[in-house]
Amino acid sequence: MAAIELKNITKVYRDAKRKRDLLAIDDVSLSVGNNEFLCLLGSSGCGKSTLLNMIAGFETPTKGSVTVGGKPVDGPGADRGMVFQQANLMPWLPVWENVAFHLRLKGWRKADRRAAAQEYIDMVGLQGFENHFPAELSGGMSQRVGIARALLLNPQVILMDEPFAALDAQTKMDMQEELVAIWQKQRCTIVFVTHSVDEALVLGTQVAVLTSRPGRVRELIGLDLPRPRDITSPRFNDHKRHILNLIREEGLQQRQQVAAA
Amino acid sequence: MTALSKSWERAVVPLFILVAWEIVSRSGLFPVALLPPPSAVLHSWGDWVFGYDETTQANSGRWLADALSSATRVAAGYAIAAVSGVLLGIAIGWWRWVERTIEPTIQMLRPVPPVSWIPLAIIWFGIANKPAIFLVFLGAFFPILMNTIHGVKTADRNLIRAASMMGATEQQLLRHVVFPAALPSIFAGLRIGIGAAWMLTVTAEMVAVKSGLGYVLWDSYYFLRYDLVLAAMASIGLLGFATDGLIKLLMSAALHWQRASTLQSREG
Repeated sequence: MAAIELKNITKVYRDAKRKRDLLAIDDVSLSVGNNEFLCLLGSSGCGKSTLLNMIAGFETPTKGSVTVGGKPVDGPGADRGMVFQQANLMPWLPVWENVAFHLRLKGWRKADRRAAAQEYIDMVGLQGFENHFPAELSGGMSQRVGIARALLLNPQVILMDEPFAALDAQTKMDMQEELVAIWQKQRCTIVFVTHSVDEALVLGTQVAVLTSRPGRVRELIGLDLPRPRDITSPRFNDHKRHILNLIREEGLQQRQQVAAA
Repeated sequence: MTALSKSWERAVVPLFILVAWEIVSRSGLFPVALLPPPSAVLHSWGDWVFGYDETTQANSGRWLADALSSATRVAAGYAIAAVSGVLLGIAIGWWRWVERTIEPTIQMLRPVPPVSWIPLAIIWFGIANKPAIFLVFLGAFFPILMNTIHGVKTADRNLIRAASMMGATEQQLLRHVVFPAALPSIFAGLRIGIGAAWMLTVTAEMVAVKSGLGYVLWDSYYFLRYDLVLAAMASIGLLGFATDGLIKLLMSAALHWQRASTLQSREG
């Protein structure tokens, strides 16, 4: 059974000011198998974050259904871990309390929370920063806390909304490598939203190239490149060229549509 | 910079004012009874506190009792205002229907000066502690309420999303996310509120109560004891300063996490 099923998702936004409907997502169907690493690739405004938010339960589709582990999504919940573009840490809690926030909600005792958090703090390489506060962390470290916090839920699926977009190039590469290592070790399913072709190709087992306005799946590409992925290899660049061509065609079509209208 | 030179910095302005005042007062520009010099005020204040030579007559040695009765009223009214202001503020900030049903009434009551409640307060509660506590409550309640509402409304939505993704119920969101996120604002309200609380205790004591620093102040005015009036004013100022310091202490303990990211941490 697929970990995540998106069936015929359509999303229409009502533009109240102009009194018309805006078709944001048009009939998207995607099926993500267990242990897959799906990258949703598209330009801004293509609805990739909206799709992710539907799996998270923050938004509901106008038509179609979303199921995670066979159960329809009816709101946010701890069976899915989410890592946001900004780390969204509680600034009043130290790193370990942020990682163990879920256990705080479940009413665990402090000593137990502390012990449980340590495993995940070690996993993302934040030993020595357990008692730091979010304001004392760099962007990369904050995202590590966010990832550890999502992992502690031990979720079937982890949803990531451009988590590395605000990081510098070097930090981004390190984080991508570590994320792949964690994904291989934890054997979870990841849906990762990005606008970077390179990032999608470095991380994913599958890349869904989305068109913009309305959002549709232009092509679903399976990647069987060996890991760690060599971004200079000919096969990597074949995929990259292919995807860039898709994106270019899309842009061209859109401009023609705008010109015709 | 050393701690000693820092406390010296704090003392410069008050010392300058005191010295200038002493000089003006002794220069004979005004009658001494109308503007007693700080030395005379200090002398009377000393007798009010310790009762050494009865220059303050009936008030001699009664300062602690007066200060305590004022402080008790402040504490009682302020505590009620703090608890109700924070709870109601969170409710108004969080639930739209509470905002719709309660906020208009509150916004109409807010501009009514607490002092104008004195006649009603006296009819309802008589002449004793209760009208003063009621007035203190009115004065402290609105700033605490308004700041709490603001704090809740400006709480980072993304933190709420993150917490609900971790399975937080509404009650848990309020307790573990919204309340701590609003705490800096709440403390701003608490600090404004404590100033209002002292102002209104003293006002109430001038009119509706027969004890406390405000009562001594007003009573001394009738007997033309401006030295005692000034001593009472200084006492109120000092106690207000001390209680604000207490709240600041509490605040820096509760908001220690802010230190790395705000101007509070700036040295110099």
